[in-house]
Amino acid sequence: MSTLHQPQLHESGKLHVTGEARYVDDLAVPALVAQVVPAPVAHGRIRRLDVTRARAVPGVVAVFTHRDVPGENQVGPVIHDEELFAFDTVRFLGQSVALVVAESYAAARAGVKAVELEVDPLPAITTLDEALAKGSFLTDPHTMQRGDVEAAFVGAPLVLQGQVRTGGQDHFYLETQCSLALPEEGGTVRVISSTQHPSEVQTILSHVLGVGRSSIVVEVPRMGGGFGGKETQAAPYAAMAALAAVKLRKAVKVWLNRDQDMMWTGKRHPFLSNWRAAFDAQGRILALDAKLYADGGFSSDLSRAICDRALYHADNAYFVPAIRVTGQVAKTNLPSNTAFRGFGGPQGMALVEEVMSRAAERLGLDPATVRAQNFYGDAPRNVTQYHQTVTENRIGRIWSELLESSRYAQRRAELEAFNAGSAHHKWGLAITPVKFGISFTTSFLNQAGALVVVYADGTAQVNHGGTEMGQGLHTKIRAIAAHELGLDVSDVRVMTTATDKVPNTSATAASSGSDLNGQAVKAACETVRERLVPIAQKLLGAEAVSFAGGFATGGGKAVPMREVTQAAYLAQVSMSATGYYRTPGINYDRATAKGKPFHYFAYGAAVAEVELSGLTGEHRVRRVDILHDAGRSLSPSIDVGQVEGGFIQGVGWLTCEEVRFDGKGFLATHSPDTYKIPACGDTPTEFHVKLLENAAQEGVIHGSKAVGEPPLMLALSVVAALRHAVSAFGPAKTEVELAMPCTPEALLFAVEHAKSKG
Amino acid sequence: MKLTVNGTPIEVDAAPDMPLLWALRDLAGLTGTKYGCGIGQCGACTVHLAGQPVRSCSVPVAAVGDNAVTTIEGLSKDGSHVVQRAWVDADVVQCGYCQSGQIMSAAALLARTPNPTDAEIDAAMQGNLCRCGCYPRIREAIHRAAALKGGR
Repeated sequence: MSTLHQPQLHESGKLHVTGEARYVDDLAVPALVAQVVPAPVAHGRIRRLDVTRARAVPGVVAVFTHRDVPGENQVGPVIHDEELFAFDTVRFLGQSVALVVAESYAAARAGVKAVELEVDPLPAITTLDEALAKGSFLTDPHTMQRGDVEAAFVGAPLVLQGQVRTGGQDHFYLETQCSLALPEEGGTVRVISSTQHPSEVQTILSHVLGVGRSSIVVEVPRMGGGFGGKETQAAPYAAMAALAAVKLRKAVKVWLNRDQDMMWTGKRHPFLSNWRAAFDAQGRILALDAKLYADGGFSSDLSRAICDRALYHADNAYFVPAIRVTGQVAKTNLPSNTAFRGFGGPQGMALVEEVMSRAAERLGLDPATVRAQNFYGDAPRNVTQYHQTVTENRIGRIWSELLESSRYAQRRAELEAFNAGSAHHKWGLAITPVKFGISFTTSFLNQAGALVVVYADGTAQVNHGGTEMGQGLHTKIRAIAAHELGLDVSDVRVMTTATDKVPNTSATAASSGSDLNGQAVKAACETVRERLVPIAQKLLGAEAVSFAGGFATGGGKAVPMREVTQAAYLAQVSMSATGYYRTPGINYDRATAKGKPFHYFAYGAAVAEVELSGLTGEHRVRRVDILHDAGRSLSPSIDVGQVEGGFIQGVGWLTCEEVRFDGKGFLATHSPDTYKIPACGDTPTEFHVKLLENAAQEGVIHGSKAVGEPPLMLALSVVAALRHAVSAFGPAKTEVELAMPCTPEALLFAVEHAKSKG
Repeated sequence: MKLTVNGTPIEVDAAPDMPLLWALRDLAGLTGTKYGCGIGQCGACTVHLAGQPVRSCSVPVAAVGDNAVTTIEGLSKDGSHVVQRAWVDADVVQCGYCQSGQIMSAAALLARTPNPTDAEIDAAMQGNLCRCGCYPRIREAIHRAAALKGGR
């Protein structure tokens, strides 16, 4: 039986429950440790940096600054605007100025204290609003549009306008940033890093060290969570470890504690969007005109692509006849904001979902009806603001199946009745859609490689370019390889990701891990399999042979695969092969803002029911029903886990997680005592997650669909449900003023506002 | 300093104020217990001290005394503890990093409450954060473990 489309137990499940699974900091390698000397202010000029005293602290082995960098003092991943060590100006509080390497953390901390660093403060921009007021930007504006927006507003029956803000979000991967560098002979180095992008770490290290990429190997055993936070931001700390290791000829580990990690690394981009929208009297949208601003922090990082993805998703699942969306990234003196599950998509969708909610509230219509009548449909209602045609649209099917299975209409009526009789507690119910574009929007990144090695004993090792951070990629890859080679899954081992096995890889990001690497692994396995077929034909004496579940069968006979591989070895047949994949037919022309950036779209919808206290602003998510499109799921157990976890993480972003700086660039919420992520008790009491059935997707690995990011945005249903509950505190047609994240404070303000309309 | 870890007496060269977490990881080489926040707010470092779940990042090694320390490595010899079995069967794990702490808290819960309700699970597990959001399966696995333990 094939291993595909079946529940798959985690490939490291047993290792995890016994504590045997190793992360970077668990490796039993004696290493020097290090502490970063951080900038003490958000913006300032370095007047004096003297590390002489620090070098003399007992236990301190070395102190490195920008003067010690043999190559480029640069770690900017796309645009080179981020120094490894600040050298004249510091641009955010916590920016690395120097690295103290020592025999113990106590000595390293004492070394940091002994560094003489004097910084003359400069005026700092520490909020997005201030950056906009001062015209401080990292990018030029980029606009996507279709239709005549100005004309559509003229004489429109309903014109709404407003401002939507979404907050930052700390990744709070439980494993903080960590890299271990092991010097090897001739100035080469092996770096074991908790990163989603080993190839980029390798590239940046080669620039910092001034050597070719062939001198560097980067390995990733597994990550204790990534969520985008280890796509670019592992690199600076890996570079510091590598620099120190090469200079000292000793193993060096750079690890951040929780507070350092939260204070110094970037987060989800806060967005501020100004919008106006036109509707007809029935709630059909006629036009949307919006300007989206992202807080990029002090450097570019991936901000431009993230802001673009917000624009790509400012339509969500809706056809807007005339649409113009412009995005621009602001520059502030804060940590450089970065990738986070959804990559700008959630911020774009939050905008249009608020627009839909507002229209429904103003018109006094069921928001579910307003949303559904605006979905993409048949031509000409199937073209996006970036001029890609929406094909194989599944939102209508998902919507009707979910309305039915969740008993939306009956429950909404029951809730209205309950609310009418309850003064201080109100319930809310809402359904929201997700349409998420799958592919890296930087088209060339959509490529992957693999190296598959089969041994004479019939066991195999699979190397691919993706990294495992909990999303189940290695488990899916193992199933794909076992299926293609006809081996039992227990005979297939997925190896540590390493840049010397598969080169020039893309980040494990954009939900693309199994789409890209799965195809590359499939291709490599097919090459090996084709070489084994003649061997099996000879062994079985049959023309038609097949491999499955550890056996080769044909001519009414079956032999174990290990006999085939042994025979292949004796027959001098190569049993290793590389595989490669590039996504066909995708492109985007930034100059015209037109193209087909996405290979396909993933769809889903969620119905959320909440209970809100008008006395305290506290709420509870009582029940959630989700129907999500994972294509013909490669592994339903993994995909349901991604949907549940993504939803919970999205609910955190939208309700309880509030990133707060103190106005001087100091992060006030730098540990779990002040920054609240969802816990067990915040999980919906009743939680029904289903994958869409009969949903194979043409042109994707075994008919599956990417599932990492899209479910996060299903959490917008909770915001919509909270708006429903808030509106129940006001008279009919109350327009809700609810800030995100929907903390108890925000909800209490919203309730008071609703009550004031009565 | 003498400690009894997973039934074995060991000697660690630790300052009295060293958190038990670091004595376990750096001195005893037991890396199954993880650092998450260092202030007892995330639960990743949960171990049993005299059978009670504690946050080892916040227990000075001098405070351990004669009390038995049990880590994830000592919960069973071969992963056969009911909680470990239930965890594998329910396929709880995503990134895995918080899981040793989750399992230690769950094992302690079941030792005192053999058949916990969802509300009791939530209360006992509230201090063990999981960023992957495995909570639905954590609940499910604890129910499964309760059933396994009761032989049902």
